[in-house]
Amino acid sequence: MSKEEKFRNYTKKVYQFMLLLFSLFVITGGFLVYYSIHPDIFTFDTKPDTIVNTTFEEDFDKIENGIHVKTGLIEAKGLMTVVNNCTNCHSSKIIIQNRMDAERWNGTIKWMQETQNLWDLGKNQDVIVNYLVTNYPIKDTGRRDILSNIDWYELED
Amino acid sequence: MTEVVICDDFILLICNLIILKRRDFVKNASLSAFTTLIGAEIIFGSNMLEGYNPLALQEPNPFKMFNKHKDMIVLNDKPWNIEAQAHLLDDKVTPNSCMFIRNNGLLPEDIDAKTWTLTIDGESVVTQKTYTLAQLQSSFKQHTYQLTIECGGNGRSEFNPPAKGNQWTVGAVHCASWTGVRLRDVLEDAGIKSNAVYIGFHAVDKHLSMDPTKEPISRGCPMSKALQDETLLAFKMNGEAIPLIHGYPLRLVAGGWPASISGKWVNRISIRDKVHDGTKMTGDAYKVPCEPVAPGEKVKEDDMCIIESMPVRSLITYPKTGATLKEGKTLNIRGHAWAGELEVAKMEYSIDFGATWKECTIEKPTNRLAWQHFKANVNFPKKGYYEVWAKATDAEGVAQPMLLPGWNPKGYLNNACHRIAIKVN
Repeated sequence: MSKEEKFRNYTKKVYQFMLLLFSLFVITGGFLVYYSIHPDIFTFDTKPDTIVNTTFEEDFDKIENGIHVKTGLIEAKGLMTVVNNCTNCHSSKIIIQNRMDAERWNGTIKWMQETQNLWDLGKNQDVIVNYLVTNYPIKDTGRRDILSNIDWYELED
Repeated sequence: MTEVVICDDFILLICNLIILKRRDFVKNASLSAFTTLIGAEIIFGSNMLEGYNPLALQEPNPFKMFNKHKDMIVLNDKPWNIEAQAHLLDDKVTPNSCMFIRNNGLLPEDIDAKTWTLTIDGESVVTQKTYTLAQLQSSFKQHTYQLTIECGGNGRSEFNPPAKGNQWTVGAVHCASWTGVRLRDVLEDAGIKSNAVYIGFHAVDKHLSMDPTKEPISRGCPMSKALQDETLLAFKMNGEAIPLIHGYPLRLVAGGWPASISGKWVNRISIRDKVHDGTKMTGDAYKVPCEPVAPGEKVKEDDMCIIESMPVRSLITYPKTGATLKEGKTLNIRGHAWAGELEVAKMEYSIDFGATWKECTIEKPTNRLAWQHFKANVNFPKKGYYEVWAKATDAEGVAQPMLLPGWNPKGYLNNACHRIAIKVN
């Protein structure tokens, strides 16, 4: 075996080795990419998948039909400021129920700061109050509103 | 980024393995090596998710947790505020399933009735005393009363301009049967000084901010109310231990006054030499303008007066609103009426928006401060849309208004007539 042939064989071996190494890289890389997208490939029981997936997708920021799923608040400018500052102590349900003008919301914030340990909202206060008066405006119901949303049914006896 | 680093390290490791141990090792062992090495990743990935119960799922179901009827309406979940609808209150004695919940703080945990104590203290107590629950039950005579307990803000949702707070419609009222000892007997056992003015309760529920120095609510009533026969320290509701959400193991019950006086989870009652100044006794809580104001008007704190007896009110609990019936058929309506400290003297209904009123039959209360049951047979002259309006009049001749009563900043005391929609086909 000539020196040249020996070298060629050697290079061939190195080439094969490199090829193997490279393909291993590609396979491993490909696998890891797949795994990062589908982390459950080793989980063969499929039953809990639906539960896990739905709740996992229902992340903090999810918006559906213009409503922030986690809190039920309307998606609009200032939403996350409201979520982050106003739903730590109390439920968003109490926000959604109420209808106030800017002055009364500011008064409510002041009351929460004085008695409920709410922090100084700084520039966020305007963002929050604007969000509230814009998205939850006051409806004039007069001295007595008409009956609405009546669920009609046949009375049996 | 960390994931990338981990991957790189991982590939490096594989490469090292290949170089060190030759190809066949890789060929035979790669899969098992992969899974073994990736094991850590799987645990942190899908497997962990499988056993992990996301916060959204941990959120408790109030209907199950508190044994509430499925048609109860959740106004607030932190703190819990849940109300009934008129038709859910059809029972003469309200069962737990249809009793509204009004909480100001977070539900207390780890309550042990065996070690529970009640302390009577305050400026105007003769001897500060502490009683165990068993001592209360054995040392004092027990009494049972049906008591109407209504949230001061029941009906708030109708006020215009809107009032701040939970937007109760009509369902923040109940009349359950309460068993306990008279507050008077316990206060007298500790001794009441002649300068006593008020009592104030303290309880173990936690403030929403989790600040241990703050009480979610600590209200009370004047001595005259505290010393009434029907004001109880109750340990039973409808014959059973009080459900946790309604104040287990000990609740102060003062019928006919805002429900906030009926403190839950009570462990201390102070006999005060002044009007109690606990949380929600001050500011504008449970207060209305001392003098009437125009809707939306600003009222100074000094011009607000504490609510005492609740006003006259009634509910049609049968049928549920929205009933359709055939022409010529008689509609049998029924419901309850109550009037705070007073009795209801007269009950009427109207099918023509108050143009004419007809009387209902109304029963006497089972005991003072229990709601009274009424019924009537209603006939409709022709087909069409009707509303049946109900109006109660108290023993002093004061009736429910058809329109909203006097506006007040916090939206209390809306006792406007209840009405249901009916269609005759």
